[in-house]
Amino acid sequence: MKGIPGRLVRIFFSYSIKMISLLLAVSAISFVLVTASPIDPIQQYLLGLGTAVSPQQRAEIEDYWGVNEPPAKRYLDWLSELLHGNLGESALYRRPVGEIISERFQSSLALMLCAWLLSGMIGFILGCIMGMYQNRLPDRIIKKICYILSSVPTFWLGLVFLLVFSVWLKWFPIGFSGPVGIPESQVTLRQRLYHLILPAVTLSFMSFANIALHTRQKLAEVLGSEYVLFARARGEGDLTILLRHGLRNILIPGLTLQFASFAELFGGSVMAENVFSYPGLGSAASAAGLSGDVPLLLGITLFSALFVCTGNLIANLLYGIIDPQIKEAAP
Amino acid sequence: MSILKISHPAGRRTRVVILTILIALLLITIYAMGIFIPDEAAAGSFLEAGQPPSWKHPFGTDMLGRDLLARTLKGMAVSMTIGIAASAVSAVIAVITGIAAAAGSRYLDASIGWLIDLVMSIPHTILVILISFAMGRGLKGLLIGIAATHWCSLARLIRGEVLQLRSRQYVAVSRRLGRSGGWILIHHLLPHLLPQLLTGLILMFPHAILHEASVSFLGFGLPPEQPAIGIILSESMRYLSTGMWWSAVLPGLVLVLIVLLIDRLGEQLRLILDPGSAQE
Repeated sequence: MKGIPGRLVRIFFSYSIKMISLLLAVSAISFVLVTASPIDPIQQYLLGLGTAVSPQQRAEIEDYWGVNEPPAKRYLDWLSELLHGNLGESALYRRPVGEIISERFQSSLALMLCAWLLSGMIGFILGCIMGMYQNRLPDRIIKKICYILSSVPTFWLGLVFLLVFSVWLKWFPIGFSGPVGIPESQVTLRQRLYHLILPAVTLSFMSFANIALHTRQKLAEVLGSEYVLFARARGEGDLTILLRHGLRNILIPGLTLQFASFAELFGGSVMAENVFSYPGLGSAASAAGLSGDVPLLLGITLFSALFVCTGNLIANLLYGIIDPQIKEAAP
Repeated sequence: MSILKISHPAGRRTRVVILTILIALLLITIYAMGIFIPDEAAAGSFLEAGQPPSWKHPFGTDMLGRDLLARTLKGMAVSMTIGIAASAVSAVIAVITGIAAAAGSRYLDASIGWLIDLVMSIPHTILVILISFAMGRGLKGLLIGIAATHWCSLARLIRGEVLQLRSRQYVAVSRRLGRSGGWILIHHLLPHLLPQLLTGLILMFPHAILHEASVSFLGFGLPPEQPAIGIILSESMRYLSTGMWWSAVLPGLVLVLIVLLIDRLGEQLRLILDPGSAQE
């Protein structure tokens, strides 16, 4: 197969194989880690029940959960159930893990998507401004801001935003994905968006510096090229050069980087969701870790790895489009 | 830049060195203050609970009447200790994997590349939570978690550097003269890698501190009575709606300031050590 479609198909298959191997390894490693934990999941489960349990009942539960089987057998059992779509039952929420993940991921996805689009746009525009005014005042100011922002922890930024915009100015609610006291089904889209703004802005602030600095450098490369010199000689203005020559060269690399940053996005959403008590996957992950909810923790870990790998796959495909000379990775 | 060079013909390097020493001294002072402040200073009494910043308590006090400045400084010292330890372990992992990937067989290189992809495929916050859970929470889990997640980019950097160095002529000559791989490693590769490693280590350090603060904030890692910066901030969140702004803003500002200073220190050191800019 030749040309771009053929290359994309090849990248797709070679990365998919790698992705499967990575996900298998993630499942094995996370299983080993939770097995090694001194925190007893049965004990946590019984604590969650809230009733006294006789030793005999405990033994029955242990039998039912299979904790006395050898770890290798337990892993294979878990894996085969996983492949049938059964992730087990959460000890914390008393519901199937798959259900919780799909429900929570919807809220998280809304949050992450907003933050992703926002950071992409802010970062790209700022990067263009920096590239256009290279080494002049606007460039230096924005660059400084970018460097400072990359040293600010997401959760602290969230705290400060919460303090300024919710507590002092009262523009935004304190947290949660909808108003308190109203059933999930009756929350309108407008209310949801209203509750989403502050966490999304916080999350996007964490990542736009990266994309802005990257765009700046790419644009500087383009503007230093000979074809831009020629365009200038022909009498094209700065804006025309940016639109005609700049954008088409820097858009896809920027987009690639944005897709490759899914891991930071997910990690940041864990922090943002905890600060804003937003009921998404991230807050479920830390709750699962704190309460020793092993099935949920395993499910979320695996899901987050799938999420990151999907982002990397898209980034790789985009990379295949941009650069015809890219060497294909040996399978 | 060129104007600077002309107006300070010989002073630029000196100024960089002075700035580096100043930053290092400031960081050491903050660290030492955190270590040597007695526990009583951060103990406090209920009579002084929830006070805004004043001359007596520059950062105010928290709901238990503890002085927040003392607590922040102590917390920073704890965070910095964890940051140093975790980055050092991470750097050792990076050196070993980086050199092994570049100098070993193709198979080894591919496996290490795959291992890096593996670590990068789980969001770091989730992986640290998982490792902290595996170690039964507490300091040990936090240290191992942060050390296990921060070595990847430095390992890639070192691998690239070694590959580049290995193709140099003097290495080829040395090999023809019959020097062993280990001799070349110690006499030719390590002197070049050391500056890279040092700056990489220092630039990794702020990331480690930020991660430590984040994970402590979530409630993993250090026990709640420990004055770690993440724990102070997570406590402050509970009283945020009562208007206790100082307990959230000021300790966080100190954290950001320290991270910025260390970042700056790393950049300055790179300027001094990097042969490309050392002669400026």
